[in-house]
Amino acid sequence: MVTMEHYLIVSSIMFFVGVYGFITRKNLLAVLISIELILNSVEINFCVFNRFLYPEHMEGMFFSLFGIAISAAETAVAIAIIINVYRIANNIDVRHIDKMKY
Amino acid sequence: MGELANAIIFYCLAAAIVGMSILAVTSRRMLRAATYLLIVLICTAGLYLLLNYHFLAVVQLSVYAGGILILFIFAILLTSSHGDRAYSHDKGRVIAGIITALAGIAITTWITMKHHFLYGENPALMGDRQIDMKEIGQVLIGTGKYEYLLSFEALSILLLTCAIGAILIARKR
Amino acid sequence: MGFTVFIILIPLVMFLLLSFGSKWLRPRAAGVIGTLGMTIPALLSYYTAYRYFLADAYVWPVWGPINTFSMEWLRFSDNLSIEMGVMLDSISIMMLVVVTTVSLMVHIYSLGYMKGERGFQRYYALLSLFSFSMLGLVVATNIFQMYIFWELVGASSYLLIGFYYTRPEAVAASKKAFIVTRFADLGFLIGILILSYYTGTFDFNKIMDVEADLAVTTMAGSSFLGLSAATWAMALIFMGAAGKSAMFPLHIWLPDAMEGPTPVSALIHAATMVVAGVYLIARMFPVYLFAAPDVLTLITYVGLFTALFAALIAITQTDIKRVLAFSTISQIAYMMVALGVSGYGGDFGEGYTYSMFHLFTHAFFKALLFLGAGAVIHTIHSNEMEVMGGLRKYMPITHITFLIACLSISGIPPFSGFFSKDGILSAALRYEPFVFGVLLFTAGLTAFYMFRLYFRIFWGVDRQYEKPPHEAPKSMTIPLIVLAVLTCVTGFIPFSFYVSPDIRPYEVYIHWPVALSSIVVGGIGIFIAMWFYRKASDRPAHLAAKLSGFWKAAYHRFYIDDVWMFITKKIIFRGISGPVAWFDRHVVDGTMNVLGTGTLKTSEAIKGSQTGRVQTYAVVFVLSVMVITVLVLVL
Repeated sequence: MVTMEHYLIVSSIMFFVGVYGFITRKNLLAVLISIELILNSVEINFCVFNRFLYPEHMEGMFFSLFGIAISAAETAVAIAIIINVYRIANNIDVRHIDKMKY
Repeated sequence: MGELANAIIFYCLAAAIVGMSILAVTSRRMLRAATYLLIVLICTAGLYLLLNYHFLAVVQLSVYAGGILILFIFAILLTSSHGDRAYSHDKGRVIAGIITALAGIAITTWITMKHHFLYGENPALMGDRQIDMKEIGQVLIGTGKYEYLLSFEALSILLLTCAIGAILIARKR
Repeated sequence: MGFTVFIILIPLVMFLLLSFGSKWLRPRAAGVIGTLGMTIPALLSYYTAYRYFLADAYVWPVWGPINTFSMEWLRFSDNLSIEMGVMLDSISIMMLVVVTTVSLMVHIYSLGYMKGERGFQRYYALLSLFSFSMLGLVVATNIFQMYIFWELVGASSYLLIGFYYTRPEAVAASKKAFIVTRFADLGFLIGILILSYYTGTFDFNKIMDVEADLAVTTMAGSSFLGLSAATWAMALIFMGAAGKSAMFPLHIWLPDAMEGPTPVSALIHAATMVVAGVYLIARMFPVYLFAAPDVLTLITYVGLFTALFAALIAITQTDIKRVLAFSTISQIAYMMVALGVSGYGGDFGEGYTYSMFHLFTHAFFKALLFLGAGAVIHTIHSNEMEVMGGLRKYMPITHITFLIACLSISGIPPFSGFFSKDGILSAALRYEPFVFGVLLFTAGLTAFYMFRLYFRIFWGVDRQYEKPPHEAPKSMTIPLIVLAVLTCVTGFIPFSFYVSPDIRPYEVYIHWPVALSSIVVGGIGIFIAMWFYRKASDRPAHLAAKLSGFWKAAYHRFYIDDVWMFITKKIIFRGISGPVAWFDRHVVDGTMNVLGTGTLKTSEAIKGSQTGRVQTYAVVFVLSVMVITVLVLVL
């Protein structure tokens, strides 16, 4: 029988894999991919809690729905910024974008 | 029977998610990383289906896999002028990341196992309850309790703003 | 008589106009506007005097004070507030007339004297500021208003002494004047605070209300160091007066103040501001007399010493303005002595009356002397007697007017100085023969040094000048003539009829024995001066050689300046300020510096940890969250 804990463990692995990617990757787009993973794992959690703990409600599902929309918006803006950065610095390595550092 | 099928499907999906996630964040080729991400997202949609959230699964597929992933691929193609492999990993950082990730997984797993969740009154419901489109539509644009017109509209404005902002930021001067 | 407030406000308006409009006004226009602006207060003052003394005389038979204007300026508590207003009584009206007349004359005179100077507009603006402050001072209804304007005249005096601010001597002199008078004003302020603490009021009329004996009764109880509170208060107020009126030992600033333009010396440092101290004592006279008679004795002897001392120094000085400065100190000391020896009621108030009378006449003839000296300096371009001589042929008007002023200050009838000096001498004789003797001797010295000055400028050596000296322009001679006329006629004003300590008129007669002795002594002084200086001779040098010790000491002003320098530099600066400054610089500042540099160093050291890399932050953030989670769960 698949219980709630199984889902949660899967999502938490996904979350921390995202964190790992966020920490280690140098490419801005890869960092963005890691963020998508993190967001996705959170959305899974919302649904799981909704389904197993409060099956008669729909809040978790709607939260996930809105989360998907927001991550779409966030990705659009982030990619626009990354493209702009690329135009200015000619690469998207996080180590090189330090012109405004002290 | 259904139980077993469900379990098998779940384990397959879980394995795919875990494996593809790790590949997505470790692959040095950006295009492959994006593809792994796509697989992860599709598997997530499968999880939603398992949980009987059909609408959400469709949204996940169309918005994430269909929309965002296309954006990613465009961006990768636009910015990877000198190959995808230009970025080497930094040892100390990788170790720090691995430690953080493993510790995080351990702690959350421990907490999850230790905690006793109060399940819903009728666990049987979870397998059966389908949410039909009419209900979702009415809740989405309703104004009463547990209804989301305001969030819906706010989100529509946010998306509009983002679309305009993205164009403004990225356009050539 | 509400118009009297305009006597004060018009110069203020002039000051603002001239100082803010100096960019747009041509120098000549500024001078003319300033002069015209001063004419109106002068005419208003004459009209006020006419109304008060002659036309209305509605205070008959006593010359009581009337407040024509009053407004609340600061309210501290229900029964303590500071007012600004206009109080008219006989001495304030007399001062109004003196200040506006001399100020007007100086305004006219400066049109010629200051012609072509840099900062002509600024000069006129400052003259207006001074006139405003001085007029505000004399009409003060309360002691605090007086104090405010007292500081204002000090400030405008400072600005005018330092008018030639490119000359280091002028800057040093202005600073000296300001610091010395400020030091004295500290005493004044403390005196005011003590007085008002015990009487609960600042108002002159309430303090001096003799019938209520407010000052006497309220201050009788408390004492400090064996002297009553009233004595302390009045002595401290006298300290302020001594500072402003250049009494020994606070006189050191006045001779240096001659670095300012000569008309300024005439206005501020001869006729008006320096007599403010005398005016202050006269204003508070009943309080002095009834609450603090000891202080009056102090005033008498300080004045007596100063009079003699300054006259002795004046004999040896060669800078003509310095001679006049020491003469001013001596004459003001005369007025102080007269106040000190005065009594109350009828003939006993003679000292008070003649002190004010001498203030009145002295203002005119001393202004005349300064303006005459200014005319000489204007054409010779030097202050030193050594380069002068035989000027009577070149400058007849200056010569005659200067002679009139010299005769007046020497006490020769019928000039005004004779009448006022005679009254002072007879009051002194009534008080104590010793005082009388010293004053008489001083009168002889006065005659001697004034005629020494006169003969050395206008007679003496017949010099050949490279550029022949010329008579001053009309704008300068007219004030000289006006003041000379005033010097001739003001002596005949029946002063005792208008001014007396108990504000009741009384009659006095010329005391012929006293008068004759003063005339004789004055005459002797003049003749000795004539014998020495009429023609070029080596007699003065012989005498100076014989009395070389005294001569040298007097020439160096008895080293009082050096004593002060010793006190301030060696004792106060090195003994007290030095260690305090060291403590401040090394301990107080040091603590702050350590704090500052410590912060700076620490932030330099830890700056690197703020890498600006979000990924590093993320590691720290996630790990910290986990640590906290574990802690929460375990504990």
